Amino acid sequence: MQETTSAEINLHNDLHKKLEYSKRNLWSGLLFGIGTMAFVDEVVFHFLLQWHHFYDLSTTAVGIFSDGLLMSFAWFAAIGSLFMFADLRRRNVFWMKKWAGAVFLGAGIFQLFDGIVNHKILRVHQIRYNADNILVYDIAWNASAVVLLIIGLVLLKQTRKASGKMKEGS
Amino acid sequence: MEMHHHNHHETLTGAGYDIVIVSILIAAMLAYPLAAYFTSKTYKNWPLYRYIFWILGVVTAGAALVGPLAELAHSSFTAHMFGHLLLGMLSPLLLVISAPVKLLLRTLNTTNARILSRLLKGRYIQFVSNPIVAGTLNIGGLAVLYTTGLYSAMHDSLLLHVLVHLHVFLAGYLFTASIIYMDVSPHRYSYVYRALVLILALAGHKILSKHIYAYPPEGVARADAETGGMLMYYGGDMVDVVIIIILCYHWYKTTAPRRVSPPDTGAALPAE
Repeated sequence: MQETTSAEINLHNDLHKKLEYSKRNLWSGLLFGIGTMAFVDEVVFHFLLQWHHFYDLSTTAVGIFSDGLLMSFAWFAAIGSLFMFADLRRRNVFWMKKWAGAVFLGAGIFQLFDGIVNHKILRVHQIRYNADNILVYDIAWNASAVVLLIIGLVLLKQTRKASGKMKEGS
Repeated sequence: MEMHHHNHHETLTGAGYDIVIVSILIAAMLAYPLAAYFTSKTYKNWPLYRYIFWILGVVTAGAALVGPLAELAHSSFTAHMFGHLLLGMLSPLLLVISAPVKLLLRTLNTTNARILSRLLKGRYIQFVSNPIVAGTLNIGGLAVLYTTGLYSAMHDSLLLHVLVHLHVFLAGYLFTASIIYMDVSPHRYSYVYRALVLILALAGHKILSKHIYAYPPEGVARADAETGGMLMYYGGDMVDVVIIIILCYHWYKTTAPRRVSPPDTGAALPAE
């Protein structure tokens, strides 16, 4: 016979609650990753480095449309996800690893989408103008996106294992 | 080459126009605080922040309509765009926060308040306060203004000038009020729906500002259109961020978990 202390029961209940809100942790992180990356992109590459251009002559009409939608969605995601984060905190179900993993995943998805669809297919703008070899920039950009994506996936996989154990245990 | 062909504007909105606008602004500036002050004697105290937002809202709208910025807007598209941001976005937001309809309802006598309330609940308000309708009126109006000859024609006709500015303000107000419920809001829509419409409207605003950058409106020089387009893009972001924060904050408050009563520890309660 095993005596379970109240501390253990509490811990068990906490984990249980976190599992219940696992999806909300994931969404909050994902949206925050997308929103933050869009914001970083705007501040760093448009304003500080001035590598990206607001518009260039090869920007397609579809590019203007999709970029407008993407950026306004990203703004909402950045702010909304922080309120979701606050909601997780007030319910005491914030799950750091899950959330952080999702942030990396979201940031990676945004960068990859930006790097391939926006820069290359829709030609919203290039990474940098007057650069000797734009290909190098493109490769570096998308490779960094893949790295973010992989970090996110690894972290999320680890949380999956944890939740798998929890479910077996209960 | 594009040219500024509007050198006769100074005469378009002359002293008469300025006097009318300034009178309306002063009336608004006085009526609200008076109504708020006197109704506070019978009803709950009208909060101070609402007075402040109302005054700021009237001042920002005024800055776009009369004075140096409005003068400059006749010849400079960038100045016009700055005025548009004040009149169509910032001022409506400040005014919506000050909840003027709520104030009006408690200022009017019972009969008139009932009439107003019936009007607010009526089908017309129901139709235009639907976020998608308000958003279309708002962004659609701007699209017509900047992609047709209307922008150029507005500078030659006082009537068009007044109608366009009235529309920009009213549509901006209506849209803001349809997204965030700070005032009396009889026709309510879900958070998800309002969030989606807000994202679409913000996207429309961004698309339109890049369109202006790429294809300057009739009679606007390229450099002026480029600066104006970017001002519209980033200025719109700044006001919209506040609207998004307010919407999300309301959402956050309504989804608050019900307060769970503390675990039953009867023994710990003080004996009566």
